[in-house]
Amino acid sequence: MVIEQYTITEKYNFPQPTIDTTLPQRFLEQSLYSLKQVQHQPFQLNTQNFQQLNTTEQYPSSLQLKPQPILIKPDRQETLIVAIDTSTIKIGETSTGMIIAIRGAITWRQNRVYKYTRLGPFIFHITEENKNQVYNALERAYFCTSYGGSHQAAPNIMQMPTRLASLLERWLQTMLAKTVNHGVLLFDGSLTSGTIDTPAQRMREILSYARRNNSTVLAFSKATTLRANGILITEQLPNHEPPYLLETTGIHFKPPIILLGDVYVARLNKANFAFRLDIDKEIPIPQRMEAIQKLIGNDLYTQSYPETLRLSHILCTFTANEVLAMKHFITRKHGIQLINRPDMHKLLFGPFGKGEIYA
Amino acid sequence: MKLYKKEGNILQIISFPTESAEKGDYLLVEDQDAGKALIAQVIDVQFAAVPGVLEELLRTLPDGGEPLQGEDIDPMEIAPHITYIQDASLLICKIRATLENEMLSPSSSWLPSRSQSTIKKLSIPMLMKMAKIDGKLPIILGGTKDSSLLTIDASSIDGTLNIITGKKGCGKSHLSKLLMVNLIGYKATVVIFDLNGEYSSLGMTNDGKRNMYYDKIHTLTPSQNFKVALEQLHLNTVMGILVHALHLPGTSAREFRQLWKMLKEKGKLNMHELGEAIRDLNCNQQVRDALASRFHSLVNSGFFTDYPGEATLLEESLLKAKEQGGAIVINLKNTSNIDRQIVVEYVLGKLVDSLSSWKLKAVFLFAEEAHLYLRETYWDDIVTRMRHLGIFTTFITNQPDTIQETIYRQADNIFLFNFTNEHDLDVVSRAARVDAETVRSIARDLPPHHCLTLGKVVSDFPIVARVRALDIKTLGETRLFFKDMN
Ligand SMILES: Nc1ncnc2c1ncn2[C@@H]1O[C@H](COP(=O)(O)OP(=O)(O)OP(=O)(O)O)[C@@H](O)[C@H]1O
Ligand SMILES: [Mg+2]
Repeated sequence: MVIEQYTITEKYNFPQPTIDTTLPQRFLEQSLYSLKQVQHQPFQLNTQNFQQLNTTEQYPSSLQLKPQPILIKPDRQETLIVAIDTSTIKIGETSTGMIIAIRGAITWRQNRVYKYTRLGPFIFHITEENKNQVYNALERAYFCTSYGGSHQAAPNIMQMPTRLASLLERWLQTMLAKTVNHGVLLFDGSLTSGTIDTPAQRMREILSYARRNNSTVLAFSKATTLRANGILITEQLPNHEPPYLLETTGIHFKPPIILLGDVYVARLNKANFAFRLDIDKEIPIPQRMEAIQKLIGNDLYTQSYPETLRLSHILCTFTANEVLAMKHFITRKHGIQLINRPDMHKLLFGPFGKGEIYA
Repeated sequence: MKLYKKEGNILQIISFPTESAEKGDYLLVEDQDAGKALIAQVIDVQFAAVPGVLEELLRTLPDGGEPLQGEDIDPMEIAPHITYIQDASLLICKIRATLENEMLSPSSSWLPSRSQSTIKKLSIPMLMKMAKIDGKLPIILGGTKDSSLLTIDASSIDGTLNIITGKKGCGKSHLSKLLMVNLIGYKATVVIFDLNGEYSSLGMTNDGKRNMYYDKIHTLTPSQNFKVALEQLHLNTVMGILVHALHLPGTSAREFRQLWKMLKEKGKLNMHELGEAIRDLNCNQQVRDALASRFHSLVNSGFFTDYPGEATLLEESLLKAKEQGGAIVINLKNTSNIDRQIVVEYVLGKLVDSLSSWKLKAVFLFAEEAHLYLRETYWDDIVTRMRHLGIFTTFITNQPDTIQETIYRQADNIFLFNFTNEHDLDVVSRAARVDAETVRSIARDLPPHHCLTLGKVVSDFPIVARVRALDIKTLGETRLFFKDMN
């Protein structure tokens, strides 16, 4: 894989050679810029805005699930399976904004061994003052490599973490789509686009790069809200021996949301779990089936979920230890003081490890 | 470092990799507002329960079990910070004292502030100053980890009962030599029961030249230069030898007493006359046989002479030692089990005599593997009567369970070298001035030649030191088959 090769840029390593590394370079620059800024008039962070914007999927009532499963069988022909995921976390708040971290991970299986490349973490100090500058610089970095375009509306400060993570994720997806031949690319999430995080044009482009390289994009959603007859599509599994897919019909979204893929329900092994799977609409049916059969013939599964994708996810997810380390980094290296840290508590006592020490 | 927990006299302290603190180190936990500080010693170092570490370790193991291979492009260089946090350690510390107004007290009951307290390492010299460990008669034991010297005061081993113990070959004899030459330097009288014949070279440097102690080291080898004439002996000493070393039964012992008194009155107290007298003794056959066999043992030992001129060395050595300090090395190397007991019985008797009659002020007795020659009844005697008279004993052994319980309970100082065996550690933990946790956790990790000093000499602040080398010719090292075979 091309991703494996690096050259030394001024100071840091970045993938090379066919890959344009403007975006990660800008990530680093903007990250350092945001951390180094001296804040003259301390802003009081508007905590009113702090609720996460919940973009629930609008599901159309016309959605139907075909009851007859499409049976699939493992195709063991050696195929490169690559998965991408990114993750973001709020590390804490400062008097003027918040500190966030972003990291991406690519995982693939080669000679029966899983390998990965992680990019990041990038740490940003996002303030009301700098959010436009940071966001636009990164957007520009992305656009100038693709098709150049309009300015995005400056996002709400609370949306910045996901917006920046999406940028990194799209970039990683683009790089893989451009470089992997005859492979299966696993994305986290759906192929729904037209949202601010996922502009339709950008997604289209990624899919077409992949098609050009004879690769197939399979997007798995860890959770879905799509329902048919009022029941989640992943909870209407026919009593049939897995692995199989279930086809859906009749999905329509309100503009500007569009769907670039066809939606399936995938049950890949005996575990009584199924996932929403989106496959690029433009790919002919036989190639779709070939891709999914190669996936189950080449990857491992836990709970019906592809291992490469699971690994990408856990590799980019931040552990409590890493959050402590990044706090250490920003206070030691950049002298930034954190104030209350609501996420820390959740982090220390929530799903990740039990944090006795700072109890 | 940050204070995390306090339970009884145990503190738990979080320490980051750059603040390396190790077992045995002392920490000063200072609470400025309270105007007090705790002095605590690290007795164990554990992984801190840093949240997320388990997740981090787990995620490098994928489902198939093969470890995950990968590369991190970490342009901001966060990884070292992650390791830094991940490698944080938890120091388990034992509170040794409270420092308030420059005064030390053993209290550990107050609670220093978790957020305000500052924690820093307390160097051994600082600790020694606070605890007033060094004195007017310094003995440099060795170097501590922070490359300062551990210096004790000779007067803190004056009048004390000491134990030097540890695994074979770890440096026990070396330490006793160090203590001995220093005591001699301060004009003390030292007697050593030298089981392996390794102390006679105390007067020589490594390359075989005479050193400053040469004239003060008196090696007495039984039946060679060390003999005794009966007329120099007290009846009590002889009875001790016969009853305890040679197991002479009671009736025969009474008979012997009569014989002795009779010969003494006649001025014929010598081996020749004693032999004759036993032969001619008019008594029950069994008693005569018993006496005859003991007499043969005495003769066979070669330790007894009828020429008083041959039997002056111990007396002379003690006299010299009294004047200018000196060590009397009782070389028991090639001495049989029975003879060893005879000699020890004699020497101890002689010391008690000399001390009782104030011919001697006090003597430092070093006893290597004492269970091989010290009879049962002497153990208690050593901590009571003999100590009262001025015999201050140091026991040296690699089998701590051969030293009697009473000794542990009364020991003032313990010089502990490495032990890994649970049982050995258990035994040593019985000593009154030692806490089991400290012994267990520190002694297990001591490298060779390193000694954990406990007790009065260090004002009950256990300190680890590497015993310093001596320019003294070594003899009687641990014997090995394959040594010198290449
Ligand atoms: N502090 C030291 N510095 C240098 N050499 C030492 C030190 N301590 C001991 N040695 C050397 O290590 C060897 C073993 O030491 P020593 O004989 O004192 O051990 P030991 O514990 O008495 O052994 P054993 O159990 O066999 O009696 C000797 O050669 C001695 O000279
Ligand atoms: Mg020895």
